[in-house]
Amino acid sequence: MSDTTTPVASATGVIKRFGDVLALDGVDIAILPGQVTGLVGPDAAGKTTLIRILAGLMSAESGELSVMGGAPGDDLEQLGYMPQRFGLYEDLSVIQNLTLYAELRGLPASERQETFDRLLAFTDLARFTDRPAGKLSGGMKQKLGLACALVRTPRLLLLDEPGVGVDPISRRELWAMVQELTGEGIGVLWSTAYLDEAEKCDSVFLLNDGKLLWHGPPADLTSRMDGRVFAARSEGDRRKLLTTLLQREDVLDATIQGSTIRVLAKEGKPEAQGATLAPVPPRLEDGFMEVLGGGPDGHSALAESYRSFPLDGQPAIEARSLTKRYGEFTAAHDISFIAKPGQIFGLLGPNGAGKSTTFKMLCGLATPSAGDCAVAGHNLKHSGPAARQSLGYMAQKFSLYGDLSVQQNLDFFAGAYGLRGRDAREAIGKAVEIFELGERLKVNAGQLPLGFKQRLALACAVLHEPPVLFLDEPTSGVDPVMRREFWVHINGLVARGVTVLVTTHFMEEAEYCDDILLIYRSEQIATGSPDDLKRQAAQLTGLDDPTMEDAFIALIEASEVDTLNPRQAA
Amino acid sequence: MKHELTRFNARRMAALIRKESVQIMRDPSTLLIAFVLPILLLFIFGFGISLDANTIRVGLVVQDSGPQAASLANAYRNSPYLEVVEAPAVAPIKARVVADDLRAMIVIPPDFSRAMDRGRPVPVQVATDGSQPNTANFAAAYAEGIYGSWAEQQGIAPPGAQASLNTRFWYNPELKSRFFLVPGSIAIVMTMIGTLLTALVVAREWERGTLEAMMATPIGMGEFIASKLIPYFLLGIGSMALCTVLGIIVFGVPLRGSVFALLAISSAFLLPALGLGLFISAATKNQFVAAQMALLSGFLPSFLLSGFIFEISSMPAPIQAVTYIVPARYLIPSLQTVFVTGDVWGLFLPNIGMMLLFGAIFFLLAFRATKRSLD
Repeated sequence: MSDTTTPVASATGVIKRFGDVLALDGVDIAILPGQVTGLVGPDAAGKTTLIRILAGLMSAESGELSVMGGAPGDDLEQLGYMPQRFGLYEDLSVIQNLTLYAELRGLPASERQETFDRLLAFTDLARFTDRPAGKLSGGMKQKLGLACALVRTPRLLLLDEPGVGVDPISRRELWAMVQELTGEGIGVLWSTAYLDEAEKCDSVFLLNDGKLLWHGPPADLTSRMDGRVFAARSEGDRRKLLTTLLQREDVLDATIQGSTIRVLAKEGKPEAQGATLAPVPPRLEDGFMEVLGGGPDGHSALAESYRSFPLDGQPAIEARSLTKRYGEFTAAHDISFIAKPGQIFGLLGPNGAGKSTTFKMLCGLATPSAGDCAVAGHNLKHSGPAARQSLGYMAQKFSLYGDLSVQQNLDFFAGAYGLRGRDAREAIGKAVEIFELGERLKVNAGQLPLGFKQRLALACAVLHEPPVLFLDEPTSGVDPVMRREFWVHINGLVARGVTVLVTTHFMEEAEYCDDILLIYRSEQIATGSPDDLKRQAAQLTGLDDPTMEDAFIALIEASEVDTLNPRQAA
Repeated sequence: MKHELTRFNARRMAALIRKESVQIMRDPSTLLIAFVLPILLLFIFGFGISLDANTIRVGLVVQDSGPQAASLANAYRNSPYLEVVEAPAVAPIKARVVADDLRAMIVIPPDFSRAMDRGRPVPVQVATDGSQPNTANFAAAYAEGIYGSWAEQQGIAPPGAQASLNTRFWYNPELKSRFFLVPGSIAIVMTMIGTLLTALVVAREWERGTLEAMMATPIGMGEFIASKLIPYFLLGIGSMALCTVLGIIVFGVPLRGSVFALLAISSAFLLPALGLGLFISAATKNQFVAAQMALLSGFLPSFLLSGFIFEISSMPAPIQAVTYIVPARYLIPSLQTVFVTGDVWGLFLPNIGMMLLFGAIFFLLAFRATKRSLD
């Protein structure tokens, strides 16, 4: 136990193929006891496959594996494993789930009471012991899943994306819990697609496309960027500044962060060009961007061929006291906002807060119980079809037909958006050219690599060149380069006067917004630009330079205090 | 990874069985299939699709006014099997047969009484509506039969009868098809529970990812399979008992054999049913596909190819050959026998042997398909 240099599990040169797809291409990993090892990479990088191989649930084609001194799967007594979907029985209560895992892992009856008390206190689930697991919130399920993996203190704990689908508050709690475990000498593998999560790990293994790109303590990667990261600010339009910066040779990467632009220099400090550059501390994502070879060049062929919309000051999207009740339950209450044309507007909130309900009312998919809304000047109440015709919708996860080919998807969406004959052919031809889909027209959408899926989804949403674009978590889980490419297109469209509504609970996506509406428990609890929200959070918490996530958490916690003491708030 | 089946621990298995039982209790659809569906099936099969033609509407035309003709006409009128509509002429009755109002027409010819007097009886004319052959056959048979027994009473041999056939139906003297349908329903219900329900619950564990978590604990796959087998076996037996009690109380079906024999036959059948369910779920890992497969490979053959509704001996030879690989084919005759005849072990044992053989085959397949692996 005291030996902290011998890995509790290790792998070298692991290769795994699914059909023709190389899921893991010679990956190495070492998990040391008493540490949190991060397995970091975008969706489809091979994280889950590697974890399953370490858990003995899949076999590797080749490579050397050692898990607690044996082959994977030999010593299941000392392995804790939490799959992405937690492995809980939804119709069993919290205590029944715990009991089941205790019995399966052979926890001695004499230790049970003490262990359960400890785990329930640790996970703060003691109040919910009789509640069916299916009725718990995402965060609580996550904690129960962790408790089930811990009924007998394991030597190795494998966590497959424990941060997915969980709001930032629960994510922080979970992280603190895992951190505590390493004190007992457990070796923890934490897989994630989020680099801000990875930053906190003792060491990370960066995976992309089945290949190991880099490994080591995150600080090592971050420190490579020391003195090369800046916050650029100018009087003019920040999106124009972004484009100019991205086109510069000496800039590796640039992204919008609230009202400033985060610039990564190839070396030294780039030319200012009418903007003031202030050095900021580097983060892990900056290092990852360098490993990946930098960001896109800031040029969007889509935006260049898109029609322009006049910025006439009319609201592009307007919600007036939108309320939706399902029986006793109010899913959204008194939501009001205005998105001006040529703006990116964000609906932000944890899962189940009421974002989707609001979104559905704006699309005309749900009828408001009270209030009304308009898209591009068309009131959803009287002219729903016209309103729907003027918007394009894209969701990263759901908007394509996986069993149809690329061509068939394009044809379908052209038809769905009312394009016929020559118009449809021209629009599709243009989309194929802009998004370089030509070679893959006959491939089924479900078989496409993630980056192409994303391009196709965007292509389908903008075939009819709508003035308003609705995006539902458009870049969650994709690698940072793909995410930047996507936002370059969106920024380009916004410059043409397109209005974009984004619903998300990912902080990176929130940074791109001009204005944000924060929804929590069906109510709007805060509104303003990302910088406004950060300022509010700074006042609430006393933090110097809060991140978007800090702001999110602070504002939600403040609203909870309000609901507990309504008079105080008034 | 190795020695999957020898990895066995009673405590783990007990925990898994307890978990499964809680899930059964919490899941209304399981209870619905196990206890409401049997009742529904029994009532539908027992009352809805009785294969006896109870009363058939026929037209009767008496063209003779003699006493014998009147006596025969009375015999028709008094038959419990026929509902008689009379008319003085053929035309209106014929029209109603054509209009599907009547199933058959019986004509007693003008010289009937005179011919009877002379001791040389003439046949009555029976015309049936062939568009519903089964009912037409019943109608013709009833018409002939009533004539025959009437003639016998009169002390005359009916025309064409060189030797009279005296048919006796043993064990089911009234030939109530209900007696056969209740055992048939038991077969269907046990197929539903054994194959469909089992296939669904295991596929659900694959779909929801709970099996993935289970496989990362020290459980053996033998324990896992046993934990599915035992609760659903008991559920199947419970459901069979419900069918039996209902059959006896509500439908008056006798149970002439022993409860032990009934239990032995049902248990033997549940093994191939459960084995097939486990195999399907492990092979498909998807609830929707598993349900389709269970219906196609379990439910439909049990329904159509087991002799439950369609008699196997009247099927074309190739189809008859297929029935030999349907486990329910060995169940139905055994169940029918245990209900209406009694314990005939000479019949039961080979059938039980066949069902156990199929059970062994399906379990072998299920064990091979249920691997501790996501590959």
